[in-house]
Amino acid sequence: MAQAKPTAQRPLSPHLQIYRPLVNMVMSIIHRLTGVALYVGTLLLAWWLTAAAVGPQAFDAVNGFFASWLGRLILFGYTWALVHHMLGGMRHFLWDTGRGLDLETVDRLSWATIIGSVTLTLIIWIAGYMARGAI
Amino acid sequence: MSANGGMRTPLGKVRGLGPAKSGSKHFWWQRVTGVANLCLVVFMLFVIIGLVGADHATVKQTLSAPLVAVLLLLLILSGVYHMRLGMQVIIEDYISGEGLKIIALVLNTFFAIFVGSVCLFAVLKLSLGA
Repeated sequence: MAQAKPTAQRPLSPHLQIYRPLVNMVMSIIHRLTGVALYVGTLLLAWWLTAAAVGPQAFDAVNGFFASWLGRLILFGYTWALVHHMLGGMRHFLWDTGRGLDLETVDRLSWATIIGSVTLTLIIWIAGYMARGAI
Repeated sequence: MSANGGMRTPLGKVRGLGPAKSGSKHFWWQRVTGVANLCLVVFMLFVIIGLVGADHATVKQTLSAPLVAVLLLLLILSGVYHMRLGMQVIIEDYISGEGLKIIALVLNTFFAIFVGSVCLFAVLKLSLGA
């Protein structure tokens, strides 16, 4: 199917805006979106590591940003994207074995992914605040 | 005889490795790096939680410990390869113009290697630098 130029405006098959959102479809889209977020987010890791390598002053400046409310919001979102993409990936590993592909299991796994990712993210952040002695 | 009929033999089908010329390599490495990332990210999460609010000296000391440094290097390598493969699929899905697609694929590779190199250099400097 190389570059066939359409000669007439033909009707499109039903696409994203037409379907009623289903949980497995939404989780599939979120898996891809979190992947993109993590892709861009590697810049944060590169920034943090570079600052640490440069020295205390640069490191404190970056840490100061991450400690601000905007920084924390970004890091919280990054944590959730990471956990969600990891759980979504584990779902794919299960599917790769040919298991869990019936609709009922797919729906159950989809709910488990979103509930699990939010729960784990909260646990990680509570653990972080506890490690700091803030809780 | 191939199971789904046709005139081509199984050997003829695998020769040339399909339209992408890479066979199942993309799929396979997405999975291999995925498993590696899963293990390494869980490990690094514990390290990072331990570093919340820590000063520069502590962070430097922790990240330059041999086990942490090596696993962090592996996570960077596995991570950027995984994300390059993932973004490749997205580009191939949504960009249909051949020229733009090739430019995007090359930029994707450049980005992954650039971010990976910056991170690797930083970890090595932390561990080995003065």
